[in-house]
Amino acid sequence: MLTAVITLLIIAAVFGLVLGFAAVRFKVESDPVVDKIDALLPQTQCGQCTFPGCRPYAEAIANGEAEINQCPPGGEVTIQALADLLGRDPLPLNPEHGEVKPEKTVVIIDEELCIGCTLCIQACPVDAILGAAKQMHTVIADECTGCDLCIPPCPVDCIYIVPVKASVANWKWPSPVVDDEQTAEAAS
Amino acid sequence: MMQPQRTLHEFHGGLQLEDHKSTSTSRPIEEAPVPAQLVLPLLQHIGNPARPIVSVGDTVLKGQMVAEADGRVSVPVHASSSGTVVAIEPRDVPHASGLKAMCIVIETDGEDREIETNTVADFTSLSPDEVRERVLSAGIVGLGGAGFPSYIKLNPQTFAVDTLILNAAECEPYITCDDMLMRERAAEVIAGARIMQYALHAKTCVIGIEDNKIDAYAALQQALADSDDIELVRVPSRYPAGGEKQMIYTLTGKQVPSHTRPLEIGIICHNVGTAAAVYDAIMHGEPLLSRTVTLTGSGIPQPRNLQVRIGTPIEDLLSLCHSNTGDIDRLMIGGPMMGFDLQATAAPVTKVCNCVLAIHTRDHLPPQATMPCIRCGECANVCPAQLLPQQLYWHARAQEFDHIQDHHLFDCIECGCCDVVCPSHIPLVQFFRFAKTTIWQQERDKHKSDRARGRHEFKLERLEREKQEKRERHNRKKAALKKDTDKQGDDPKKAAILAAMKRVQEKKTTATPHPKNVDHLTPEQQQQIDEVDKRRAEHKAAEKEETDKPS
Repeated sequence: MLTAVITLLIIAAVFGLVLGFAAVRFKVESDPVVDKIDALLPQTQCGQCTFPGCRPYAEAIANGEAEINQCPPGGEVTIQALADLLGRDPLPLNPEHGEVKPEKTVVIIDEELCIGCTLCIQACPVDAILGAAKQMHTVIADECTGCDLCIPPCPVDCIYIVPVKASVANWKWPSPVVDDEQTAEAAS
Repeated sequence: MMQPQRTLHEFHGGLQLEDHKSTSTSRPIEEAPVPAQLVLPLLQHIGNPARPIVSVGDTVLKGQMVAEADGRVSVPVHASSSGTVVAIEPRDVPHASGLKAMCIVIETDGEDREIETNTVADFTSLSPDEVRERVLSAGIVGLGGAGFPSYIKLNPQTFAVDTLILNAAECEPYITCDDMLMRERAAEVIAGARIMQYALHAKTCVIGIEDNKIDAYAALQQALADSDDIELVRVPSRYPAGGEKQMIYTLTGKQVPSHTRPLEIGIICHNVGTAAAVYDAIMHGEPLLSRTVTLTGSGIPQPRNLQVRIGTPIEDLLSLCHSNTGDIDRLMIGGPMMGFDLQATAAPVTKVCNCVLAIHTRDHLPPQATMPCIRCGECANVCPAQLLPQQLYWHARAQEFDHIQDHHLFDCIECGCCDVVCPSHIPLVQFFRFAKTTIWQQERDKHKSDRARGRHEFKLERLEREKQEKRERHNRKKAALKKDTDKQGDDPKKAAILAAMKRVQEKKTTATPHPKNVDHLTPEQQQQIDEVDKRRAEHKAAEKEETDKPS
């Protein structure tokens, strides 16, 4: 009887030590789910989801404070990926947060009109605008995520949205158009 | 010369196609004239576009480098004749998209003045590194069609190269440029192969040639008559025998594993045209300025092979062959199986452009209606990469891009065999190309969003740091002020105000008002001033009396 109790106590103590050590040794700094969600978000940092950036939105999703259909730049692909990751049902994009853009865009600054106020530089979440006070500003097109956050603060409305130019480097083959159901019906 | 017979291995699938080659092999290779304008795309290879090193208005010589390699996977571009750079701008290029790309445009002067070149009598006087260096600076890329920078494929790195294979199969119908090149320049091809073998330290060198190229085989055999260092092997003519992995399997029986390069199993494969270009570059110091191009098909009245300067507009070649563009139903770059439709005839011949195929309107084939897949499995039977095209097709159509990679989409060489045999006329290769380029696009997007995340996090960190620094600065100032007041034992603000008031008081009392402009006065002026002062004093005294009275 006593041996059994002692044995069990010893076993409990050993496992307790092992678990305690593991909890310290293999401590996870951040929530891995948040990281995984964040990896699926498009990182435009546009705030259309009502959260101040992609990571806060990822945290909100992980905490169950936000739905997975609040990201217009990600569109259906992102919603599907989030649904797969979290085991939820995919929802249609919530129109309150905006619409999916038909094509990718970036912004350009009309350098003739720019007065060098630096407001757009402060608004840009990815530091893609280059300039200094009373100096002309310009957009680094390769780094622009197309979030359009720089447009409202501009006092002289010199920032325009332009579609990303198709080039040989980023061109992709179009999906073949096949209407085999129709031809099959016609044949039968 | 007697060599042990090599046992050949039969690759999976493939097709016996009508080759249509004899129409363009009846004439020798002709030199195409230098065009009025050369259009040199900066991207004629796989990798980064070259960077222009000339500007508009510059005079350039034939063979002069006009754009330098940008990064490791890149090669320079050279002026293929002398003239003046008139533009560096987007122009039509031979690309499936029909989009324009950056080109250097040279107006030729007709003199064809050459830049000085240094010839080498014996290539073994150069080290393998020097050979690679020269191949790079000559701008040589794989001339079989892929356009991968050749100098990289001449570097064995840490691998021991067992076999150098010279691919002379040219298995695609209609194309005969390699065939004609071997007939006319067999010795140079062989010499180029020896240079490549030297650079690679390859133990053996094998030339694999399809058995339908009888004349080319004879020419190579003659060029090899006195030596036995290079093995010449005839392989059965079956499309796509010239695919790299298929050629390697046929000759060695080794399969190149998925996602690995042939180099990793000790084999390197080069095209015969590349070998000839390497010969020119090393022995004569000539960069890649021209290539052999087959002009063929029913839309071309006199099919033939032309030695064309890189950058020659394709419309110039068509008119040279008396072809009427109005009669052409379909114009393709490359062969009928793997080529693509050319959208603009102003596009130039590039380093990888081996064939211009024109189909006459009388041979127009109406597009065949696509029917649903019936899962007959014919496509899998002919697939030389041993894939399941029908399965790939389902996933591509449903846009299931991770499932499609489970079926090894990227092992597909887009040979088009499945398209040919499909009884439902499904454009399978188009689906695969769509899936591949979409996956690349997604990878690019992923890469971009990762960078955006990094930049955003950096910005947040920076803002936080700035805030911290501001706070610290503020604290420091506060502490400094506190120290001052501690010394005076009073409120710092009050002390400052008091000090300022004291300064003002001092100024008031000490400073006597001294009017300006009173130096160097004449006696009359002085007198006048004195009188005025007197009057003012009197007036002041009177005023004082008056104000004193009522009080």
